[in-house]
Amino acid sequence: MEILFSDFFQRALLGGLLIGLTAPLIGIFLVLRRLSMIGDTLAHVTIAGVALGFLINVYPLVVGLVFAVISSFAIEKLRRAYKGYAELSIAVIMSGGVAVASFLFTLGQGYNTDVTSYLFGSIYTLGRTDLYLVGGVTVVVLAVVVFFYKELFLLTFEEDAAAVSGLPVKLLNMLITVLAALVISTAIKIVGALLVSALLTIPVACSLFLAKSFRMSIVLSVVIAEIAVIVGLIVAGIWNFAPGATIVLLLILMLLLTLVACRGYTV
Amino acid sequence: MSAIPTADCHQPMIELRDVCFSYKDQHVMKDLNFSVKERDFVGIVGSNGAGKTTLLKMLVGLMPPTGGEIRLFGESIRQFRDWERIGYVPQKNALNMLFPATVREVVTSGLFTNKSIFRRLSRDAKAKLDDALQVMRIEDIADKRIGRLSGGQQQRVFLARAMINQPDLLVLDEPTVGIDAETQDGFFELIRHMHQHHNITFLMVSHDIDRLEDYLGKEPRQQNGKIKFFVRHSHDDLDCGETNLQHSIPLVGSVE
Repeated sequence: MEILFSDFFQRALLGGLLIGLTAPLIGIFLVLRRLSMIGDTLAHVTIAGVALGFLINVYPLVVGLVFAVISSFAIEKLRRAYKGYAELSIAVIMSGGVAVASFLFTLGQGYNTDVTSYLFGSIYTLGRTDLYLVGGVTVVVLAVVVFFYKELFLLTFEEDAAAVSGLPVKLLNMLITVLAALVISTAIKIVGALLVSALLTIPVACSLFLAKSFRMSIVLSVVIAEIAVIVGLIVAGIWNFAPGATIVLLLILMLLLTLVACRGYTV
Repeated sequence: MSAIPTADCHQPMIELRDVCFSYKDQHVMKDLNFSVKERDFVGIVGSNGAGKTTLLKMLVGLMPPTGGEIRLFGESIRQFRDWERIGYVPQKNALNMLFPATVREVVTSGLFTNKSIFRRLSRDAKAKLDDALQVMRIEDIADKRIGRLSGGQQQRVFLARAMINQPDLLVLDEPTVGIDAETQDGFFELIRHMHQHHNITFLMVSHDIDRLEDYLGKEPRQQNGKIKFFVRHSHDDLDCGETNLQHSIPLVGSVE
């Protein structure tokens, strides 16, 4: 039990709470625009950046973040080139990211254990600098979603209608993708690159069945993510489970409960 | 919102001058000259692949023409900023049934334009919303999720969204696809009524040539490639400068 009051656990909890807020907040726009898989893609690219960071001895999470943002531009470009087949852009960039990452791994054999911590998350090693980074990203994400709530809603609901209303559709699309890159690259330290898209998508998947309105589905997704993060971290802390995996398994449990509860109820 | 009182009040809302569109060296449209004037009801008819949707997309700025010029309300489309003057009703099948939005949220989104970015909705937004809901007789379902409604109800919701800014021009893209015949009749009745009594100009793409011909006559005004343009003018005898009827007058009394 003492673990719950230790410094590293408190930092983990704070970091987890911040990611539990930002991940579903961005996730809802991604899921509803049929870009659920973008989380995985950006996470894999981030790993390539992290690997480079280790190689050139620069703060890995920041290099990962830069990689993710650059690749988000590439995804957007490809998404427009293959309009209607958005998932193609995602598949291309994802395999590109994995390729670069594994290439860089082989260049610097020595840091494999560190890289593993980014693959599966190592929330207990969350340092003060990491927390500042997560905090900064949270402020940016919150500000954008609050300021552009109306525009993001219309864009997500129907891109053509948003364009006919004179909204800067390209810019808004870019904004969502860049924010996704920021959230994902900071979240991988917490749940791990392989699991990050769960935090983006599963809370939203639950809320699609439960929420009566768009506003409510945002609130619900955040609540569900926060419950999973808090309970997951405490359970993992007490019984010494892998924190990232515990959080994701809890999310899946909540999704199953939602589906059972809404059985026979089609929206 | 009032008609502009000039010598010729039936001003062109849309002008196409020598508009061309080609896709991979294939001409979809060549030297199209056409104008939509105030209070026109223009039906655009053509088979699949004739370029109807392309034309519509060019007219609302979603796609640039490969040649020629498009003017909206007297202004080149590249400079045009008054997008709230145009209401847009998309194809119904663009909607994902699981999308978690209420009728109220969808209709309100009609107010989100280039001019409302960075701003809170104005105080009269609520009044406009209530008005649009009432006019389309969808107040009772205002808090339902859009995906749970019937096709006909959804179409009313989209119409309400397009009407919330009290636009001068309504653009409809195949609005009755996937709706049963009876509901289609009701829908046509409704937009006819809007055309005749609310001075709204219509531009509608449809494959439903029979229903359009009933209202617009059998002779197309113009044909370009495989696309035919049917036009009907409303109230030619009305005085220029007469304002739009208030939208709070229910539109649909005879339609239910």
